[in-house]
Amino acid sequence: MASIRLKNLVKKYGDGFPAVNDISIDIEDGEFIILVGPSGCGKSTLLRMIVGLEDITSGDLYINDERVNSKAPRDRNLAMVFQNYALYPHLTVYENIAFPLRLAKGKHSEEEVDRLVTGAAETLELTDHLQRKPANLSGGQRQRVAMGRAIVRQADAFLFDEPLSNLDAKLRGQMRSEISQMQRRLGTTSVYVTHDQTEAMTLGDRVAVLKKGELQQIASPRELYEQPVNLFVAGFIGSPSMNFLPATIEGGKLQTALGALDIPADRAAKAEGRKVVLVGVRPEFFEDAKLVDEAKKPHGSTFTATLTHTEWLGNEQYGYINFDPAPEVRELLNNLAREMDADELRPQVVVTLDAASRIRGGRESEIWLDTRKLHLFDAETGENLTRDAEAGAALTAEASEERAEEIENARQAESAQHEQSAVTGRSGGSHAAAS
Amino acid sequence: MKSTGREKLIWTIISIAVLIYALFPVASIFATSFKAPGDLTNGNFLPTPGLATLDNYEQILVGDAQGLFLSALRNSIGISLIATFIAVVLATLCAYAIARLDFPGKKLILTTALAVSIFPVISIVTPLFNLWRNIGLYDTWLGLIIPYLSLTLPISIWTLAAFFRQIPWELEQAAQVDGATTWQAFRKAIVPLAAPGVFTTAIIAFFIAWNDFVYGISLTSTEAARPVPAALAFFTGASQFESPTGAISAAAIIVTIPVVLLVLLFQRQIVSGLTQGAVKG
Repeated sequence: MASIRLKNLVKKYGDGFPAVNDISIDIEDGEFIILVGPSGCGKSTLLRMIVGLEDITSGDLYINDERVNSKAPRDRNLAMVFQNYALYPHLTVYENIAFPLRLAKGKHSEEEVDRLVTGAAETLELTDHLQRKPANLSGGQRQRVAMGRAIVRQADAFLFDEPLSNLDAKLRGQMRSEISQMQRRLGTTSVYVTHDQTEAMTLGDRVAVLKKGELQQIASPRELYEQPVNLFVAGFIGSPSMNFLPATIEGGKLQTALGALDIPADRAAKAEGRKVVLVGVRPEFFEDAKLVDEAKKPHGSTFTATLTHTEWLGNEQYGYINFDPAPEVRELLNNLAREMDADELRPQVVVTLDAASRIRGGRESEIWLDTRKLHLFDAETGENLTRDAEAGAALTAEASEERAEEIENARQAESAQHEQSAVTGRSGGSHAAAS
Repeated sequence: MKSTGREKLIWTIISIAVLIYALFPVASIFATSFKAPGDLTNGNFLPTPGLATLDNYEQILVGDAQGLFLSALRNSIGISLIATFIAVVLATLCAYAIARLDFPGKKLILTTALAVSIFPVISIVTPLFNLWRNIGLYDTWLGLIIPYLSLTLPISIWTLAAFFRQIPWELEQAAQVDGATTWQAFRKAIVPLAAPGVFTTAIIAFFIAWNDFVYGISLTSTEAARPVPAALAFFTGASQFESPTGAISAAAIIVTIPVVLLVLLFQRQIVSGLTQGAVKG
């Protein structure tokens, strides 16, 4: 169990390019931190700096308040799960899991190794495969072996480097929830690198969004989603992603490609004095005007638009509206898209409609937009003008409390189970890895 | 593909042609080794029926040429094995460093190794002969092992470096995170995986040392260190009117046996796909 403190970490490669630039993060004991960002944002490098596989150019890294910058990976007592699992192909599953224990010479007796390995194997449902070689395992099983190798020794923290990216979609979801539950049960500090924002949102207590080696925002998933600090975070988090509409403010009204939108006066005030702003609208802020409650309607603004097409998904449907931005704005949108790994941001608005909506492509229809939640961004700096820092901090504090509670609950459930199994006289092997 | 059958046929024909081309001399030597001295010039591929004899083998293994041949065989085996062993150990460490570490002069080592391996042996034999005589290495095992290393090391370094590059680096990093020192990570995660490559390299190195003639004949003078290829040149017939062709053929067949045995023994290690499943696969 450990806290990890990153202080102004910088990684520069030979050519002077900063892959990681001045990143400071305080990771609390037991916290699950996600590093997320488009490829090349330095998230993996940062993780490898923590584990010691990359040198730190400048800055300090503390584990349990001890500076570990110059410590070798083996002295940092961290466990890592690699993207390609990095299993030892010449060893059986059993020996793969036992590998870290065997390296700590004299520390573990043969019985202890056996107890720990079978314990970890039980936790991960690998008991039947202990004598097999990694080559004969499926992707999910290999992934589990890699996890087994990490949990078998009492590491201070787990580090995950895109551990699920080689699995198919179904298995990925399953392993995701397993990792999440395991982390809660063990209460081990974890740092997890991913480019998949579903993983980021579902697993993380806090998520650090990186862009080009720089930390954009670190906050709970909800804060990132509801109070993004800038255009990049807003566009990166959420799927389908946030729509950005260029707009001008005239007399408290937003003039957008979708027509004039009434917005709350306090929001409009924040964009005062700017000629062009970008309006950030999440797809679910839209709704078919016919299906909106009369009570709710005054909180938003209604406009007419022609959808190009709709996609019905069962629980909801997506509608698409094309618009034609001014050339300079188009340039801005394209830059934004490039930063987020997409090819080109289509000048298109995605709207989420109720599954019951009869709006179809090609017809002129009335659409309602909840203007209370939309964000205004500075068109040049990308800064979020309408961010409510306090509300965001509250969301993150809430998440932190929830985490403490979840870990506590998981521990209680664990010990209750433990007592029960002790009463029934079963061996407590399955809890070895957790203790 | 439509022409699979025909392609197969063409390949079969090519393979057979190559096999005949490569194996005919061996077969010819094999046949000659059974010919009696008087039968050597019979003009036929096979010994004349009724005259086939094991005399040649007898001669080199238990007969007159025994002293010459058996000591040479012992020298050859000893020198080649030692040279191979040293070359493989040194090349493994060197290739590992080349494949994994970034250090100044890395390119230089590789190009030097290549330059040494293409340097014509014959041009350094004479100076080496003088040097060896002066410092007392002439006609000793060590006197052959050292030049053999110059032949085997470059190719070993090149093959092994290529092999090490294929082994995923993550394995080593995983081992280091798991608590291994650099040396432990190398020994426990990399060496087992590199075994097929090391075997292949060892066999190549062994062949080079085993087949050498120029150093063997120039740097030795007695049976103290003379290897088989050189010794064959010193075979004489029973009388000055008989050529030792039969005995030489028999000896040639016998020295081929270890090579064939080696390949048969280690072919599984050579071809085993041990790295399969190391990473996602």
